[in-house]
Amino acid sequence: MTAAHWYQRFLPRTLAGRRTLIGYIFISPFILGFLLWFIIPAGVALWLTVHDWNLISPPKYVGAKHLVTMWEDDRFWKSLSVTTTYTLVSVPVGLVLGFGLALLLNTKVRGISFFRTAYYLPSIVPAVANAVLWAWIFNTEFGLANAALRFFGLPKIAWLQRPEWALPALILVALWGFGSGMVIYLAGLQGIPDVFYEAAEIDGAGRVAKLRHITIPLVSPVIFFNLIIGIIASFQVFTIARLVTNGGPQNATLVYVLYMYQNAFQNLKMGYAAALAWVLFFIVVALTLFVFKYVGSRVHYEDAQ
Amino acid sequence: MAIQKQTASPPIIVTKPRMRRVVWERRLWTALIITVLTVGAVIMSLPFVWLVVSSFKPLEKIFIFPPEWIPNPFRPENYIEALVYKPFGLYLFNTMRIVVLNLIAVLLTSSFCGYGFARIRFPGRDFWFALVLATLMIPYFVLMVPQFIMFSRLGWVDTFHPLTIPLFFGGGAFNIFLFRQFFRSLPEELADAGRIDGCTEFGIYWRIMMPLSKPALATVAIFTFLAAWNDYIGPLLYLRSDYNFTVAIGLATFRSIMSTQWNLLMAASTAMILPVIILFFFAQRYFVDGLVLSGLKG
Repeated sequence: MTAAHWYQRFLPRTLAGRRTLIGYIFISPFILGFLLWFIIPAGVALWLTVHDWNLISPPKYVGAKHLVTMWEDDRFWKSLSVTTTYTLVSVPVGLVLGFGLALLLNTKVRGISFFRTAYYLPSIVPAVANAVLWAWIFNTEFGLANAALRFFGLPKIAWLQRPEWALPALILVALWGFGSGMVIYLAGLQGIPDVFYEAAEIDGAGRVAKLRHITIPLVSPVIFFNLIIGIIASFQVFTIARLVTNGGPQNATLVYVLYMYQNAFQNLKMGYAAALAWVLFFIVVALTLFVFKYVGSRVHYEDAQ
Repeated sequence: MAIQKQTASPPIIVTKPRMRRVVWERRLWTALIITVLTVGAVIMSLPFVWLVVSSFKPLEKIFIFPPEWIPNPFRPENYIEALVYKPFGLYLFNTMRIVVLNLIAVLLTSSFCGYGFARIRFPGRDFWFALVLATLMIPYFVLMVPQFIMFSRLGWVDTFHPLTIPLFFGGGAFNIFLFRQFFRSLPEELADAGRIDGCTEFGIYWRIMMPLSKPALATVAIFTFLAAWNDYIGPLLYLRSDYNFTVAIGLATFRSIMSTQWNLLMAASTAMILPVIILFFFAQRYFVDGLVLSGLKG
């Protein structure tokens, strides 16, 4: 049979059928990619979770052993608590900073674009360069952080050597990049029509009332968006923790994915690392659902049109 | 609506002293805002200043506390020494090869998928689009281990394949989403005109929609470049030989070799940050557009 025959036999006859075919051709790269890079790896991960494998000797079926190991693994619990602390501090503080600065930047003052740039630029610094820079800033003897403390008459801190200071140091690095969220808030704020504020002013609303009853409800979808993105991202913090402190001192900065990375690629415990990955997945899903349920219901959506 | 209580208020009578008070209050407020913004901007910029200042210092001036803010003697040779100590030229070439392949992959396939989701109605479309959004939420690290095993089975370790080939399949959920939003904002009539003239759906995508999508293409291109330029975990897992290294891995390795030569480390870091900053100043609009396009109003 010629190609034309095949065409006529298999091409849908109706217009709707033809449109469906064309639609699926258009989205086929995504469907293929989804199968290849999500479904198959998920299957592999499932298989790995019940096996012991170091990539070299043959894999061994171990059932739920990894889950039991995890339950008794102090470093797993430590990494979970480090990541949770990191998220609980950096996400809300970053959110407030980003929103607050966006409010200030949303005023019609000359030179605003200069300020916007100054706050935004740190967030696009490549992570590796960022890590090298901050390792130097937190240098105990000659670093900028301690120079700043000295300026205020405070004593030096061994930022990266003391367990109680290493995590706050990493959080400071994260906060330096709050500008990416800020720009999103700013775009949201600029989308609020002036008439709302004018109407409120006529009704005698002050600054606080306008903020509470107009600004916050109208940008609440943006706040919500940033909250979700922020949580997912901060559960994946890796580069800074690996390059600045590599999990130390005394596991004080052993963030979750760093621990997972060490298990997989330094100890070659592929099965255990896959189990850790599943736990990460469920944590992120649970957190997202939690935020959707308890925060999402308070988000104000303007009707389209 | 956001304003729930709309009580009638007494009419505002504007008298002269009141006007003056309002003007003064406004001026005071503006001054306060500018002060806060300036202090904040200085704090935010200090690490950059510190980076650049350190990169021009000779080593003996690095180890002085409290630090000096003007490098004296001024030593630009740090840059040459840092960038030839490791073959950063080769790393740059490797990175650019990955960047170019990623750009081709992402710009073609994510716009293609985005068009399908935006403009063609077919059963199952919403289901697949929900999946696009769902994959957006799946952390990279969840699939890091099994993907590594797959790619090592395929013999892709120490090649650029794991960093380039996956992007040819849709180019990332976020980019599909961005193109979908953008295509939906273009007038439907253009496509209809094309259809009347006998244009196929592929022709409409390629010859009508794509030429109109320069802002979206520019935005996606910028974010794709940034992702490839900044990527650390991908090259860390897959690139083993020194001659395959990217700039990011090169800098990380350089850091482990030069543990205390902070002036050279700062020079190399500045060199890696500079292209990103330059790109920002030339394409500022698209940085913000990308974030806005990502669906704040959709």
